[in-house]
Amino acid sequence: MKRSNAPIFWSLFGAGGVLSALVGPVLVFITGIAAPTGVGMPPAALAYSRVLGFAQSFGGKAALFAVIALFLWHAAHRIYHCLHDFGAHPGTATKVLLYGSAFAGSVAAAWLLLAIGR
Amino acid sequence: MSARKPYVRPMAGWWRRNPYYVRYMIMEATSVIVAIYAVILLIGVWRLSQGQVPYEMWLNSLRQPLAVVFHGFLLLAMCYHAYTWWKVLPKTLPLIHFGDKPVPGLLLSTAGWTATLVASAAIYATVRWCGL
Repeated sequence: MKRSNAPIFWSLFGAGGVLSALVGPVLVFITGIAAPTGVGMPPAALAYSRVLGFAQSFGGKAALFAVIALFLWHAAHRIYHCLHDFGAHPGTATKVLLYGSAFAGSVAAAWLLLAIGR
Repeated sequence: MSARKPYVRPMAGWWRRNPYYVRYMIMEATSVIVAIYAVILLIGVWRLSQGQVPYEMWLNSLRQPLAVVFHGFLLLAMCYHAYTWWKVLPKTLPLIHFGDKPVPGLLLSTAGWTATLVASAAIYATVRWCGL
Protein backbone atom coordinates (compact mmCIF):
# COMPACT_ATOMS: atom_id res chain seq x y z
CA MET A 1 0.00 0.00 0.00
CA LYS A 2 1.22 3.46 -0.83
CA ARG A 3 2.00 5.42 2.30
CA SER A 4 0.02 8.61 2.75
CA ASN A 5 1.84 11.92 2.53
CA ALA A 6 -0.79 13.56 4.76
CA PRO A 7 1.29 13.40 8.00
CA ILE A 8 4.07 15.48 6.42
CA PHE A 9 1.72 18.26 5.33
CA TRP A 10 -0.21 18.07 8.57
CA SER A 11 3.02 18.40 10.59
CA LEU A 12 4.07 21.46 8.59
CA PHE A 13 0.57 22.90 9.06
CA GLY A 14 0.75 22.22 12.80
CA ALA A 15 4.26 23.62 13.21
CA GLY A 16 3.31 26.75 11.28
CA GLY A 17 0.13 27.09 13.32
CA VAL A 18 2.01 26.91 16.61
CA LEU A 19 4.71 29.32 15.46
CA SER A 20 2.22 31.85 14.06
CA ALA A 21 0.08 31.61 17.22
CA LEU A 22 3.17 32.27 19.36
CA VAL A 23 4.89 35.06 17.43
CA GLY A 24 2.52 36.14 14.62
CA PRO A 25 0.71 38.96 16.45
CA VAL A 26 3.85 40.53 17.94
CA LEU A 27 5.73 40.36 14.62
CA VAL A 28 2.88 42.07 12.75
CA PHE A 29 2.76 44.70 15.49
CA ILE A 30 6.52 45.37 15.37
CA THR A 31 7.12 45.35 11.60
CA GLY A 32 3.75 46.72 10.50
CA ILE A 33 2.68 49.21 13.17
CA ALA A 34 5.23 50.02 15.89
CA ALA A 35 8.41 50.43 13.83
CA PRO A 36 6.81 52.24 10.83
CA THR A 37 4.94 54.74 13.03
CA GLY A 38 7.49 54.97 15.85
CA VAL A 39 4.74 54.29 18.40
CA GLY A 40 6.21 52.15 21.19
CA MET A 41 9.34 51.47 19.19
CA PRO A 42 12.26 53.68 18.10
CA PRO A 43 12.07 54.28 14.32
CA ALA A 44 15.58 52.83 14.06
CA ALA A 45 14.33 49.45 15.30
CA LEU A 46 14.28 48.09 11.75
CA ALA A 47 17.23 50.15 10.45
CA TYR A 48 19.18 48.59 7.58
CA SER A 49 22.40 47.88 9.52
CA ARG A 50 20.46 46.33 12.38
CA VAL A 51 18.29 44.04 10.27
CA LEU A 52 21.22 43.15 8.00
CA GLY A 53 23.25 42.08 11.05
CA PHE A 54 20.30 39.97 12.19
CA ALA A 55 19.92 38.32 8.77
CA GLN A 56 23.69 37.64 8.67
CA SER A 57 23.68 35.77 11.98
CA PHE A 58 22.89 32.08 12.00
CA GLY A 59 20.08 32.52 14.53
CA GLY A 60 18.56 35.35 12.52
CA LYS A 61 18.62 33.32 9.30
CA ALA A 62 17.02 30.36 11.08
CA ALA A 63 14.30 32.55 12.63
CA LEU A 64 13.45 34.33 9.37
CA PHE A 65 13.41 31.08 7.42
CA ALA A 66 11.25 29.31 10.01
CA VAL A 67 8.71 32.15 10.13
CA ILE A 68 8.40 32.59 6.35
CA ALA A 69 8.44 28.89 5.39
CA LEU A 70 6.24 27.53 8.18
CA PHE A 71 3.70 30.38 7.86
CA LEU A 72 3.42 29.55 4.13
CA TRP A 73 3.01 25.78 4.71
CA HIS A 74 0.45 26.41 7.43
CA ALA A 75 -1.55 28.69 5.15
CA ALA A 76 -1.34 26.43 2.09
CA HIS A 77 -2.72 23.44 3.98
CA ARG A 78 -5.49 25.40 5.69
CA ILE A 79 -6.56 27.25 2.54
CA TYR A 80 -6.73 23.94 0.65
CA HIS A 81 -9.07 22.43 3.21
CA CYS A 82 -11.03 25.67 3.60
CA LEU A 83 -11.85 25.73 -0.13
CA HIS A 84 -13.86 22.56 0.43
CA ASP A 85 -15.84 24.30 3.22
CA PHE A 86 -16.63 27.16 0.86
CA GLY A 87 -18.16 24.74 -1.64
CA ALA A 88 -15.26 24.65 -4.07
CA HIS A 89 -13.93 21.14 -4.40
CA PRO A 90 -10.31 21.56 -5.34
CA GLY A 91 -8.55 18.87 -7.28
CA THR A 92 -4.93 17.85 -7.53
CA ALA A 93 -4.05 20.92 -9.60
CA THR A 94 -5.13 23.29 -6.80
CA LYS A 95 -3.26 21.20 -4.25
CA VAL A 96 -0.10 21.30 -6.35
CA LEU A 97 -0.51 25.06 -6.83
CA LEU A 98 -0.96 25.75 -3.09
CA TYR A 99 1.72 23.43 -1.75
CA GLY A 100 3.94 24.36 -4.70
CA SER A 101 3.67 28.05 -3.74
CA ALA A 102 4.64 27.22 -0.15
CA PHE A 103 7.58 25.19 -1.47
CA ALA A 104 8.66 27.95 -3.86
CA GLY A 105 8.42 30.55 -1.07
CA SER A 106 10.52 28.37 1.24
CA VAL A 107 13.19 27.86 -1.43
CA ALA A 108 13.21 31.60 -2.20
CA ALA A 109 13.60 32.46 1.50
CA ALA A 110 16.47 29.98 1.92
CA TRP A 111 18.15 31.19 -1.27
CA LEU A 112 17.92 34.89 -0.31
CA LEU A 113 19.09 34.29 3.24
CA LEU A 114 22.11 32.36 1.94
CA ALA A 115 22.78 35.14 -0.60
CA ILE A 116 22.83 37.70 2.23
CA GLY A 117 25.88 35.87 3.56
CA ARG A 118 27.56 36.13 6.94
CA MET B 1 -29.66 9.49 -19.39
CA SER B 2 -31.47 8.88 -16.18
CA ALA B 3 -34.91 10.36 -15.59
CA ARG B 4 -34.34 10.36 -11.84
CA LYS B 5 -33.71 13.67 -10.19
CA PRO B 6 -32.60 12.80 -6.70
CA TYR B 7 -32.90 15.55 -4.12
CA VAL B 8 -29.55 16.98 -3.16
CA ARG B 9 -29.59 19.15 -0.08
CA PRO B 10 -28.23 22.56 -1.08
CA MET B 11 -25.06 23.37 0.82
CA ALA B 12 -24.35 26.84 -0.56
CA GLY B 13 -23.90 29.35 2.24
CA TRP B 14 -24.22 26.62 4.91
CA TRP B 15 -21.80 28.42 7.21
CA ARG B 16 -23.84 31.63 7.26
CA ARG B 17 -26.73 29.85 8.97
CA ASN B 18 -25.14 29.67 12.39
CA PRO B 19 -22.80 32.12 14.19
CA TYR B 20 -20.71 29.18 15.39
CA TYR B 21 -19.98 28.20 11.77
CA VAL B 22 -19.25 31.85 10.89
CA ARG B 23 -16.60 31.94 13.64
CA TYR B 24 -15.20 28.64 12.33
CA MET B 25 -14.89 30.08 8.84
CA ILE B 26 -13.23 33.27 10.12
CA MET B 27 -10.77 31.06 12.02
CA GLU B 28 -9.99 29.10 8.84
CA ALA B 29 -9.74 32.31 6.79
CA THR B 30 -6.98 33.69 9.06
CA SER B 31 -4.69 31.36 7.09
CA VAL B 32 -4.91 33.80 4.17
CA ILE B 33 -3.66 36.57 6.49
CA VAL B 34 -0.79 34.35 7.69
CA ALA B 35 0.19 33.78 4.05
CA ILE B 36 -0.01 37.50 3.19
CA TYR B 37 2.24 38.38 6.12
CA ALA B 38 4.77 35.69 5.14
CA VAL B 39 4.89 37.20 1.64
CA ILE B 40 5.42 40.71 3.08
CA LEU B 41 8.37 39.38 5.14
CA LEU B 42 9.71 37.46 2.13
CA ILE B 43 9.68 40.67 0.07
CA GLY B 44 11.53 42.36 2.94
CA VAL B 45 14.24 39.68 2.91
CA TRP B 46 14.47 40.00 -0.88
CA ARG B 47 14.88 43.80 -0.68
CA LEU B 48 17.39 43.39 2.17
CA SER B 49 19.48 41.07 -0.02
CA GLN B 50 19.56 43.79 -2.72
CA GLY B 51 21.14 46.41 -0.46
CA GLN B 52 20.40 49.48 1.62
CA VAL B 53 18.39 51.57 -0.88
CA PRO B 54 15.95 48.80 -1.93
CA TYR B 55 15.55 47.78 1.73
CA GLU B 56 14.71 51.34 2.75
CA MET B 57 12.17 51.55 -0.08
CA TRP B 58 10.49 48.49 1.44
CA LEU B 59 10.56 50.12 4.89
CA ASN B 60 9.12 53.28 3.41
CA SER B 61 6.25 51.40 1.80
CA LEU B 62 5.38 50.05 5.27
CA ARG B 63 5.14 53.65 6.53
CA GLN B 64 2.31 54.59 4.15
CA PRO B 65 -0.92 55.21 6.11
CA LEU B 66 -2.76 52.59 4.07
CA ALA B 67 -0.05 50.03 4.88
CA VAL B 68 -0.33 50.78 8.61
CA VAL B 69 -4.13 50.43 8.51
CA PHE B 70 -3.76 47.19 6.58
CA HIS B 71 -1.34 45.88 9.22
CA GLY B 72 -3.90 46.82 11.88
CA PHE B 73 -6.30 44.46 10.12
CA LEU B 74 -3.56 41.81 9.84
CA LEU B 75 -2.91 42.20 13.58
CA LEU B 76 -6.59 41.63 14.43
CA ALA B 77 -6.71 38.51 12.26
CA MET B 78 -3.41 37.22 13.66
CA CYS B 79 -4.68 37.71 17.24
CA TYR B 80 -7.88 35.81 16.36
CA HIS B 81 -5.74 33.04 14.87
CA ALA B 82 -3.60 32.84 18.04
CA TYR B 83 -6.69 32.87 20.26
CA THR B 84 -8.51 30.13 18.31
CA TRP B 85 -5.39 28.04 17.71
CA TRP B 86 -4.91 27.49 21.45
CA LYS B 87 -8.66 27.32 22.03
CA VAL B 88 -9.12 24.27 19.77
CA LEU B 89 -5.78 22.69 20.72
CA PRO B 90 -7.34 20.32 23.31
CA LYS B 91 -9.72 19.03 20.61
CA THR B 92 -6.84 18.14 18.30
CA LEU B 93 -4.71 16.35 20.89
CA PRO B 94 -5.22 12.88 22.35
CA LEU B 95 -6.44 13.07 25.95
CA ILE B 96 -3.48 13.77 28.24
CA HIS B 97 -3.48 12.30 31.74
CA PHE B 98 -1.79 13.64 34.84
CA GLY B 99 -1.64 10.72 37.25
CA ASP B 100 -4.97 9.08 36.51
CA LYS B 101 -6.87 12.34 35.96
CA PRO B 102 -7.34 13.79 32.46
CA VAL B 103 -5.84 17.26 32.10
CA PRO B 104 -8.73 19.71 31.47
CA GLY B 105 -8.77 21.27 28.01
CA LEU B 106 -9.05 24.78 29.40
CA LEU B 107 -5.73 24.30 31.23
CA LEU B 108 -3.99 23.42 27.93
CA SER B 109 -5.57 26.40 26.17
CA THR B 110 -4.55 28.70 29.01
CA ALA B 111 -0.99 27.39 28.80
CA GLY B 112 -0.99 28.24 25.09
CA TRP B 113 -2.40 31.75 25.58
CA THR B 114 0.18 32.33 28.32
CA ALA B 115 2.98 31.11 26.04
CA THR B 116 1.87 33.60 23.35
CA LEU B 117 1.85 36.47 25.86
CA VAL B 118 5.29 35.54 27.24
CA ALA B 119 6.82 35.10 23.76
CA SER B 120 5.28 38.39 22.58
CA ALA B 121 6.62 40.32 25.59
CA ALA B 122 10.07 38.73 25.19
CA ILE B 123 10.29 39.51 21.46
CA TYR B 124 8.98 43.05 21.89
CA ALA B 125 11.43 43.79 24.73
CA THR B 126 14.34 42.27 22.78
CA VAL B 127 13.67 44.29 19.62
CA ARG B 128 13.01 47.49 21.58
CA TRP B 129 15.77 47.45 24.17
CA CYS B 130 18.37 44.81 23.37
CA GLY B 131 18.83 44.90 19.62
CA LEU B 132 18.09 42.05 17.27
